[in-house]
Amino acid sequence: MRFGFDDDQVAFRDAVRELLEKECPPAAVRAAWEAPPGELDRTVWDRLTEMGVLATLAPAEADGLGLDERSLVLVLEEAGRAALPHPLVDTAAVAAPLLAGTPSGEGPGPAGVPDAHGIGMVATDLGGPYVACAADADWLLLRDPATGALHLVDPATVVLRPVDTVDGARRAAAVDWQPAPESLVTDDPAAIELARDRGAFGAAAVLVGLAQRMLDMTVAYVSERRQFGVPVGSFQAVKHRLADALKELAFARPAVHRAAHSLATGAETRSRDVAMAKAMASDAARFVGRQALQCHGAIGYTVEHDLHLYLKRTWALAAAWGDAAWHRERVARALGV
Amino acid sequence: MDLTWTDEEEAFRAEARAWLEENLAAWYDEHGGPENIRSGDTREGFAQHLTWERRLHEGRWAAVSWPAAYGGRDASLWEWLIFEEEYYRAGAPPRITQNGIFLLAPTVFEFGNEAQRAHVLPRMAAAEDLWCQGWSEPDAGSDLAGITSRATRVEGGWRLDGQKTWTTRGAFCTHLFGLFRTDPEAERHRGLSYLLVPLDLDGVTVRGFGRLDGDEGFAEVFFDGAFLPDDAIPGGVLLGEEGEGWRVAMATTGSERGLTLRSPGRFLATAHRLVELYRERPAPRLRERLVDAWMRAEAYRLFTLETVTRLAGGAVMGPESSINKIWWSELDCDLHEIALELLGPDAELEGRWSKGWQFALSGPIYAGTNEIQRNIAAERVLGLPRR
Repeated sequence: MRFGFDDDQVAFRDAVRELLEKECPPAAVRAAWEAPPGELDRTVWDRLTEMGVLATLAPAEADGLGLDERSLVLVLEEAGRAALPHPLVDTAAVAAPLLAGTPSGEGPGPAGVPDAHGIGMVATDLGGPYVACAADADWLLLRDPATGALHLVDPATVVLRPVDTVDGARRAAAVDWQPAPESLVTDDPAAIELARDRGAFGAAAVLVGLAQRMLDMTVAYVSERRQFGVPVGSFQAVKHRLADALKELAFARPAVHRAAHSLATGAETRSRDVAMAKAMASDAARFVGRQALQCHGAIGYTVEHDLHLYLKRTWALAAAWGDAAWHRERVARALGV
Repeated sequence: MDLTWTDEEEAFRAEARAWLEENLAAWYDEHGGPENIRSGDTREGFAQHLTWERRLHEGRWAAVSWPAAYGGRDASLWEWLIFEEEYYRAGAPPRITQNGIFLLAPTVFEFGNEAQRAHVLPRMAAAEDLWCQGWSEPDAGSDLAGITSRATRVEGGWRLDGQKTWTTRGAFCTHLFGLFRTDPEAERHRGLSYLLVPLDLDGVTVRGFGRLDGDEGFAEVFFDGAFLPDDAIPGGVLLGEEGEGWRVAMATTGSERGLTLRSPGRFLATAHRLVELYRERPAPRLRERLVDAWMRAEAYRLFTLETVTRLAGGAVMGPESSINKIWWSELDCDLHEIALELLGPDAELEGRWSKGWQFALSGPIYAGTNEIQRNIAAERVLGLPRR
C-alpha cells in the first residue's frame, strides 16, 4: 500500500508547472478569449508536445511515454492551475491512449492518422455537445449519435457552429458532420466507455487544479487587502470560508488520485471511482470558487481581475463530462441503490 | 502508487476478522446476548465493556500498534488501519479505553521515562488502569490555555486545587491525565504541567452527570487540596518537564484530531449500514444525499491512506489534522441525519440511529470545536494572518 507519487511523477509535474507558469500566465488565457476561431496561439501547446505530455498514455511502441494515469493526473492538475485553454484532456487523456492502438494506415483506425506522438491537437464531443477548441484542433474525435461509435474526423469536412459559453477561452462549437466508414475508430462499447471515463477523470483533475489556483489567489488577496486597519484574512468569517474551501479540496483530491490508480490498473471499480472523482471534484471546485469570489469582494466581480478566468473554467468543466448529479447517479447504481 | 495490500497484511486482516467474529459472539454469550449490553458510557455498561477490553487484551488486540513489550503487537500504521476497519465492520463496541490508548499513550511514548512507560502502558492495555482526560474546566473550554486548576509543589508531591469538567467516563475511570498550572506567575500557555493523577486520592471528588444522550458519560472532577505524591506513579507523576505541559499536551492533539481517535473504518461501517437501511426503506428524495455521504466516507478513507503514506515516509502530522477532524465529525452527523430521515416517524424512537445521532452531534464540539479547527487550518495551513 502506497498512496503517493514517486519522484519521477513529481518531477514530471514540476516541469509542466514551470512551463505553464512561464507560457500560460493569465494574459495567455485572456488572449484565448480574444483570438478568432482557428487562431489559438500554439506556443505552449508545442512545448507540451515536445515534452511528450500529449503522448503520456501512449505506449512507447507508438512513440508515447508509456506511462499511465498516475503520471498524467498531476500534469492535468497543473493544466487546471494555469487554466490552459488548449484541449489537453481531449488529446492526452482520451485520444492518445485510444488511438495508440491504431497506428497510421495499418490498424482499424482511419487511414492517414499520424501515430500518437504526432497526433496534434484533438477536440472531442465525448464530454458533451459543445466541443472546446473545435476550430483550433487538428482532428475531431466525434461520437455518432445514432450508434455511439467514435470517429476521427478531419475538421475541414465538418460545419462548426460556434456557441457562446460562460468561459470564452473554451472556444466551443457544436459540430455538424456525417459519420463515414473510413473515419471509424471504434464501435466497441467497452472502449467507448473507457474513453469517457478517461475524459471525466481528466476533467476532474483539471478541476482540482483550478480549485487550488482559486484558493491560492484568495489566500494571497485576503492577506494583503486591508479594511478596518487589518488584513481582511484576519477575520474569522473569512478564515472559516477558506478553511472549508481547503477541506473540500483536500478531500476531493485523493478521490481523483484514486481514479487515476483505478484507470491505470483496470480496477473492477474503475467507473464508480471515476464517477466519484468527477462528482467530488466538480462540487469542490464550485464550492471553492464561491468562497473565492465572496472573499475577493467587488474586485473579484470584475473581468479586469483574473479570478473570473478560473471561475468560469470551473463552471464549464463542472458541467462537462457529466456533472456532479449525473456521476452521483452512476455511483448510486454501483452501490445498488 | 499501489493501492493493494501485501499478503502479510491480508493475513493480518484475516486473523483479526476471525478473532473478532469468535470473540464478539463469546462476549455476547457471556452477557446473555447483545440486547443485554448497555452503553459503555453508563455504569452498568462500562462494567460489561471492561470484560470486552480484557478479552481484547488477552488476544493482544487492545493496542495493536504498540510494541509487544507493552502489550501491543508492533503493528504498522497500515495494519492498525486494517484492524480498525475490521473492528467496526464486525460491529464491535466503542472502546471505553480509547482516551488512554489513543490520547495519553502517544504522549507517554514521546515524553515518558522508562519507569512510567513500563508501569502505565501495560496496565492501560490490560484495562487495569482506566484513564480519563482532565483538560477542560468550567471557564476553559475552547480557550484551553485559560485553565486555572493549580498544582502547588509541596514536600514529596503536589497539592491539587481546582475543577475539571466534561471529563468523558470520568465517573468510571481510575486515573486522570490533566493539565495544571504549576507556576501561578506565568501566563496562559506557560507555567502549565502535565500530571498523572490517581482518582482515589483524598480530596478528589468525581461527580458524573448526564450527557445529551442521557448517559452518565460526563464527569466533573473537584480537587480540594488533594495531595498527589510524586511516587503515586512509578517514574513520577509529572509527564515531561515541569512548566512544559502545553507543549506535551499539544503533542497528543495532533493524533487525536488527525488519525487515531476516529479511524475511517468507523465511518465506512456506518455508511455501509446506511446503504443497507436505504435498501430496506428506499426514499428516492434522499438518494443523492446518501450517495454523497457514502462518497465522503470513502474520501476519508482515501485521505487517510495518503496521510499514512506520508507518515510512513517520515513526515509528521501537522496542522492539516484540523481539516480531518472537521471532515469526520460533520460526516458522522450527515450519515446519521440521513438515517433519521429514512426512518421517518420511527426516528423519534430510541434506537441505534437516534443514539448514534445524539453522539455524532458531540463530534463537532469535542477534541477542539470545529470553529477552533477552522481557525487552526486557516492560520497554520493557509497562513492567514492572526489578529
